[in-house]
Amino acid sequence: MTNRHPEFTVSEQKLKWELRRRSRRDFLIGGAAAVAAFSGYEWLMGGKEDNSLPVRERKVLNGNGNLGVKYVSDSHLMPTYSKADYSYLKANGDIGLDPAFKPGTWQLKVQMGLNGIPDLSLKMDDIKTLPPVTMITRFCCVEGWSAVAGWKGVRFSDFTKKYFPPARQLPRYVYMTTPDEDYYVGLDTPSAMHPQTLLAYELNDKPLTPEHGAPLRLVIPTKYGIKNIKRIGSIQYTDDRPTDYWYEQGYDWFAGL
Amino acid sequence: MPTLKLKHLLAIRWFHWINFPLLALMIWSGFLIYWAFPTYFLGPVRFPNSIFQAFHMDHRLADGMAMHFVFMWLFTINGILYVAYTIFSGEWRLLVPRSLSTFRDAWHVALYDFHLRKEKPLQDKYNAAQQVTYTAIIVMGIGSVLTGFAIYKPAQLYWLAALFGGYPMARLVHFSLTVGYCAFFVVHIVQVMLSGWNNFRSMVIGYELVQGHD
Repeated sequence: MTNRHPEFTVSEQKLKWELRRRSRRDFLIGGAAAVAAFSGYEWLMGGKEDNSLPVRERKVLNGNGNLGVKYVSDSHLMPTYSKADYSYLKANGDIGLDPAFKPGTWQLKVQMGLNGIPDLSLKMDDIKTLPPVTMITRFCCVEGWSAVAGWKGVRFSDFTKKYFPPARQLPRYVYMTTPDEDYYVGLDTPSAMHPQTLLAYELNDKPLTPEHGAPLRLVIPTKYGIKNIKRIGSIQYTDDRPTDYWYEQGYDWFAGL
Repeated sequence: MPTLKLKHLLAIRWFHWINFPLLALMIWSGFLIYWAFPTYFLGPVRFPNSIFQAFHMDHRLADGMAMHFVFMWLFTINGILYVAYTIFSGEWRLLVPRSLSTFRDAWHVALYDFHLRKEKPLQDKYNAAQQVTYTAIIVMGIGSVLTGFAIYKPAQLYWLAALFGGYPMARLVHFSLTVGYCAFFVVHIVQVMLSGWNNFRSMVIGYELVQGHD
C-alpha cells in the first residue's frame, strides 16, 4: 500500500509549504475545471434552436432515436395483457378534434408520394376488408402515466400491403394528419410497419368515441401517446422526414418506447 | 510530527466531482419531467406545486426530457468508469462491506455520531457506515440506470421493465431512488461540514494532514 499511499515526512515548515502549494494548484485546477464544465454546458444549450430545442441537444435526441429504431423489430413486442387489466384511459388531447366534424363525411386520403400513382380516398368499409386484429397493450403518455387498453383495428402493415404499390420501394416515413390538419404526426416506416401498429376503430370492445378519435385512429404502443394520432384524415408515404405536432414543441421526433 | 497522507486517489476525486453536477442535472431535469404527472406520496407528503412554480419548474416537460436523455449518457459513463476503476485499482476492498458485521459496525458508527455511544469504533480508511453508504449509493446508481432504461424503452427493453415489476413500478423505483439521493446529499453535506476543512480539502488535493504516524 505504501506506493499508492505515500506520506510526506519532512520538517513542519516544509510540510506547510507543500500543503499550501498543492492546495493552490489543485483548487486552481478545480476552479478551471468548473469554468470549463459550465462553458461546456452553455455551449451545449446555446446555438440555434431546432424545433424549440437547442440544436445540439436535438442532435443527441435524434441520435438516441436512430439507435432505438435499429432495435425495433417484430421480436420487440410491447407486452400484452388481458381484459381484466383494462384501466381508465384518459382522453388527453383534443387538438384536431373539431366538434363540428360530421362522421358521415369522413374519408381517408392516402398519398403514395410516387409519380404516376393516384391518391386514394377510402371509406370505413375499405378499411374493414382487412383482417381485424385485437390487442390489449399499455398506452404510455409522455407525461408519465399509462393505461392498459384493448383495441380492435387493422394492422398498418396489412393496410400498406394492400394499398401501397407492391412493386415499389416503401418510403422511409409515414405522415398522418387529422381531417382539419391541426394535429399531425411523423413516423419512421419500421415503427409504422411494426405488427402492433394498428388503425383502430374500437376501444375496450366498443366503437371509438369522438374524444378517443372516432372513426379511425392510430394505435402504436411502441411510441408515446403523442404519436397515437386520433381521427386520421390523411396518410402520406414520404421519403422526407415529416414534421410532427409535438416535435415542433420541443419533444423527441421518434418518441419511441 | 504531522505528515501529509494521500487519502483520495486522483481518479476517484475526478469521478466524484464530475458526478456531482451530472447527478444534479439529472435530478433537476427529472423533476421537470415529474411535474407532468406528480402522483407519488410519502405518507401525506406530496411534492407541492408551489415548489415547481417557485423554481420555474412547471410546464417544462419537453425541456426536462431532452436534458435527461442527453446527460444520462455522461452520468452513466462516469458511473461505469468509477466502478471499473475501484475494481481494477483494488479500492473496492476499502469501500465494500466485507462481512455482515460491517452492518453492525455501521450502526455503532451512527450511534457514535449521534453521541449515543462513547467509544469511537475502529476503522480503516472508511468507517463501516461510510462503507455501507458508499456501496449503497453505487447499487442505487445501478438501479437508477436500469429503471431509467426500463421506463425509457419499455417496448425494446420489456424484459428489463418486467424485472422491476412492470412499467409503472419501474417508474416508482426510479423516483424513489432520486428521493434517496436527495437524502444522501443532505447527510453527506452535514458529515463533510462536521469533519472539517482538512477532510474536505483532501477530496480536492488528495492529501490529508495527519498528526503523528500510524
